[in-house]
Amino acid sequence: MTAYNRMELMIAVAARLLEDNSIVAIGTGVPCAAAMLAQKTHAPNLMMMFEAGGFAPILPTMPVSVGDSRTFYKALMATSMRDVMASVARGMVDYCFLGGAQIDPYGNLNSTIIGDDFAHPKVRLPGSGGANDLASHAWHSMVITIQDKRRFVEKIDFITSPGYLDGPGARERAGLPPGTGPHKVITDLAIMGYDPKTCRMRIESVHPGVTVEQVKANTGFVLTEADEVLQTQPPTARELHVLRDEVDPLRYVIGR
Amino acid sequence: MNVLQEGLGEIFTDPDPDHAREHFRKKNRALTNKLMTVREAVRRFVHDGDYLAVGGFGGVRIPTALLHEILRQGRKKLGFSGHTATHDNQILAAGECFDRCDIAYVIGLEARGLSPASRRYFESGKVKICEWTNAGLYWRYQAAALGVPFIPGRSMLGSDTFKYSGAKLAECPFTGKPFALFPALYPDVAIIHVHEADIYGNARIRGSTIADQTLARAAKHVLLTAERIISNDDIRNCPSDTRIPYFAVDAVCEVPYGSYPANMPYLYFSDERHLKEWLESEKDPVKHQQFVKELIFDTRDFHEYLHVCGGLRRMIELERLERMIAKPDTYGDEMEALR
Repeated sequence: MTAYNRMELMIAVAARLLEDNSIVAIGTGVPCAAAMLAQKTHAPNLMMMFEAGGFAPILPTMPVSVGDSRTFYKALMATSMRDVMASVARGMVDYCFLGGAQIDPYGNLNSTIIGDDFAHPKVRLPGSGGANDLASHAWHSMVITIQDKRRFVEKIDFITSPGYLDGPGARERAGLPPGTGPHKVITDLAIMGYDPKTCRMRIESVHPGVTVEQVKANTGFVLTEADEVLQTQPPTARELHVLRDEVDPLRYVIGR
Repeated sequence: MNVLQEGLGEIFTDPDPDHAREHFRKKNRALTNKLMTVREAVRRFVHDGDYLAVGGFGGVRIPTALLHEILRQGRKKLGFSGHTATHDNQILAAGECFDRCDIAYVIGLEARGLSPASRRYFESGKVKICEWTNAGLYWRYQAAALGVPFIPGRSMLGSDTFKYSGAKLAECPFTGKPFALFPALYPDVAIIHVHEADIYGNARIRGSTIADQTLARAAKHVLLTAERIISNDDIRNCPSDTRIPYFAVDAVCEVPYGSYPANMPYLYFSDERHLKEWLESEKDPVKHQQFVKELIFDTRDFHEYLHVCGGLRRMIELERLERMIAKPDTYGDEMEALR
């Protein structure tokens, strides 16, 4: 078995979840590396969509901005934010990747403030950007993040982007499109999904050398387990080769 | 229409299309030569208290020369549309130019990290805030461009982003389902950098247009900087390339490399070294002030700024990076700056 680091593992796991001939809205960094890896392995016709208007590029390198010229390099279309956001809104986008400073058991995400007073936050963060738009409309939203008790909390300070809000049926009651919502959370310890009965996060697969107890110990809320918790397959030699030599030769993401 | 909930945020601009129509009714329809300097464009069309929207995407195709000039001329109390505002926000925050902001995305610099100076400014209490999303702000431009007071959408539903926005939740009269209503945003001034324009303001953008075709139609005044001025014949020979029509535009300024240090698609890549220096300087407020003074306040115009940043030699390197024909070591150096 080849040695690998936790970034490489998370990227490989995320890449495997992306199907060929599906449309994925992605940002810069780790999600982009995952989409590139998928495109160069099992999903050559994975269509990447960037919120500023790049659609289905063949990425030469990782973009610095979701609007930079790499996002429409050899693309099928260099269009506009309207076209991309409208496509998400009418149900053409299968997957999106989201991030945040905090995530709760229902997959709600905070990227706006830390603190409990909106007018005087302890820390002001960037805000939604396009994250709320993608979380609201994409069929499946995914999160890739390091897992610890500071990020995984029972109650987040601000719901920037909606997960399952406060449980089953809440998205639909709020007016969000039926059938959409959080899908997977990929961390350095495990893959988590959501219990369909409660809409709460649960462990589905633990990474090599990690125990269920370790995952729970690094989570600030009660985490349940799927009926059968699997063992995550480590990155293959081929995945690592593509990731290191083609996707991120300068170790800009995998070197973190 | 049955309004179910209202966001707590303040709407900084008037969404009434009839008030905007009074302005558009008086707008010049003649093919008038609008070429002027950046200095004159800002002097004539950007006033203290105006609501400003910036084209491009933070580090891509932003009108850097106009942004710098707004600082040099000391504009204050602007309203600001924070629609993925990254380096544009860094510049305006350095001048403390705005005191109210519709936030979709500020402080963050995408893959480049977070801006400490922008964060300090937003945490200082000097800026009134209203929360939105990128699509939400886009729908607001779209409503304005269409001459309607709002557009319904499903972004922000159920979230605190909605709670602190200026949107309303209403029951759809056709389906009975709840929708968020995004009020029209008519900026007083939009500043946009384009690849080519004629002297009347007919403009071409290559690559992604982001929100700029709509923004140019929503704003009461539009100032363009263009990489180069082309003839009206060129425009007429290929009218399908025109992205912004002359009648939307009030000023046209010729500024080669006018988006530096941002990326201008097909022409030059972003200067990651320079952007990193800017970011480093922000860690210490005193050092940052000095950095901005030397780059913007001590330079007379954008040409001088480019000269300070390495001039034509540096521009050529960035052109090569954009075309991906730079030597690998140069390219590695650029990416190194990102780490």
